[in-house]
Amino acid sequence: MESSVDDIRGVVFDTLRASLPKPVELSDQTNIVRDLGLDSVAVMDFVMEIEDRLDISVPLDRIAEVENIGDLVTTVRDLKGRA
Amino acid sequence: MSLLEKFAGLSAQYNSLESIGANPFNVTFDRVLSPTEAMIGDRRLLLLGTNNYLGLTYDPAVIAKAVEATRNFGTGTTGSRIANGSYGGHRELEHALADFYGRKHAMVFSTGYQANLGMLSTLAGKNDHLLLDADSHASIYDGSRLGHAQVTRFRHNDPDDLHKRLRRLADVPGDKVIVVEGIYSMLGDTAPLREFVDVKREWGAYLVVDEAHSLGVLGETGRGLAEAQGVEADVDFVVGTFSKSLGGVGGFCVSDIDGFDILRVACRPYMFTASLPPAIIAGTMEALHQMRTQPQLRARLMQNAERFYEGLARLGFRVGPELSPVVSAIMPDAETASMFWTNLLKAGLYTNVSLPPATPNGLALLRSSVSAAHTLQQIDHAIALFAHVGRSLGLIPYHAVDAEALIAGE
Repeated sequence: MESSVDDIRGVVFDTLRASLPKPVELSDQTNIVRDLGLDSVAVMDFVMEIEDRLDISVPLDRIAEVENIGDLVTTVRDLKGRA
Repeated sequence: MSLLEKFAGLSAQYNSLESIGANPFNVTFDRVLSPTEAMIGDRRLLLLGTNNYLGLTYDPAVIAKAVEATRNFGTGTTGSRIANGSYGGHRELEHALADFYGRKHAMVFSTGYQANLGMLSTLAGKNDHLLLDADSHASIYDGSRLGHAQVTRFRHNDPDDLHKRLRRLADVPGDKVIVVEGIYSMLGDTAPLREFVDVKREWGAYLVVDEAHSLGVLGETGRGLAEAQGVEADVDFVVGTFSKSLGGVGGFCVSDIDGFDILRVACRPYMFTASLPPAIIAGTMEALHQMRTQPQLRARLMQNAERFYEGLARLGFRVGPELSPVVSAIMPDAETASMFWTNLLKAGLYTNVSLPPATPNGLALLRSSVSAAHTLQQIDHAIALFAHVGRSLGLIPYHAVDAEALIAGE
């Protein structure tokens, strides 16, 4: 299973690109709400795609703490490591 | 100013609606004439967006009871039930609700929002888990945030996804509480409760069903979706509201669980707020009685809903996936939804605009709710106005069956 930080970052980038209307340059510093213009529900929807790919559930309080893509990668890595 | 700067984006959106003089989120009715008509200034409007499913707000018996209660018990209770005492009416309404649902226990809250806030934050404790349908109402999300449970969201109306998430939690300690709704308020679709019940049983979870929009609407006696799908015995908690079919305000929860009454001193949104005023309690009690003794209201509601839903679909509008009294036309974007809404209002028809993030999948919706109190003529008039505005905005083809032909053909 994909579970190294790089693998997880790859999954996050792929999933985000697929759910955004136009191509955007992505990095760990990309702010999910401000830079990508996603609202609170759109963020939760996109996290669901990642959950499916990695067979984890990200609790809502953990999603709320996420500001940029780097935070999301760390959170997912943490949950994946525990699974 | 800096304190509110975080709302700059929202503010820009809101102000742009205000500046064109048609803001669907800031409407004031100067007079209300009946469950289906109101006035803004000197303009008479047909109401098609009030969730007044059974039209009981002007029922003479309901009004008489509310007036009598105000004379006998005053305008308000001026306190909470815990600190300042319940009135007999609060208990009577709880007994009436328990009787209606065939449950041992009932608890009344001051709003439907607080019922969800209270039940979800209290039922699931620190080491428990709440599993919410992705399209849940804001009150369900807020209730889950008020409590201390871990919250997991599953795909809308997807029992397999719920199963997957419960499997991931299989070895994690704590109770699991699943929350779904009867009718979803944005698109009017219903939950596949039987399948959810199977999943719930398999994993030994509890099930909460919010019947806010389905009380008085679905089921043989109006108890909602759980009754309609024959799964009431597997629903551990039913939450609902008095502010839609029952024409008042307030919320409730009914259950058979042992020890239910301890919630009265553990549930903060129940404890630390003023209790419902006597007029509301008495009016709701009578509305419940009217609802139980007049099943024809429900029949008329569904007839009207079908006529309107089919009418919009035939005109070429994209509507929700199921027939229900909530009828949403899916708009291409927020601007079109607002423009559609404004044109209908100018033509004398009041509906709702629903926008993301309150809607699923980023949809912009022109939302209507049908009432048993609408006449067939009012429904047909509304369809004709939708046809006119839809064509003028290029949203539906001209060659579709036009509203007049539709009406004549039925």
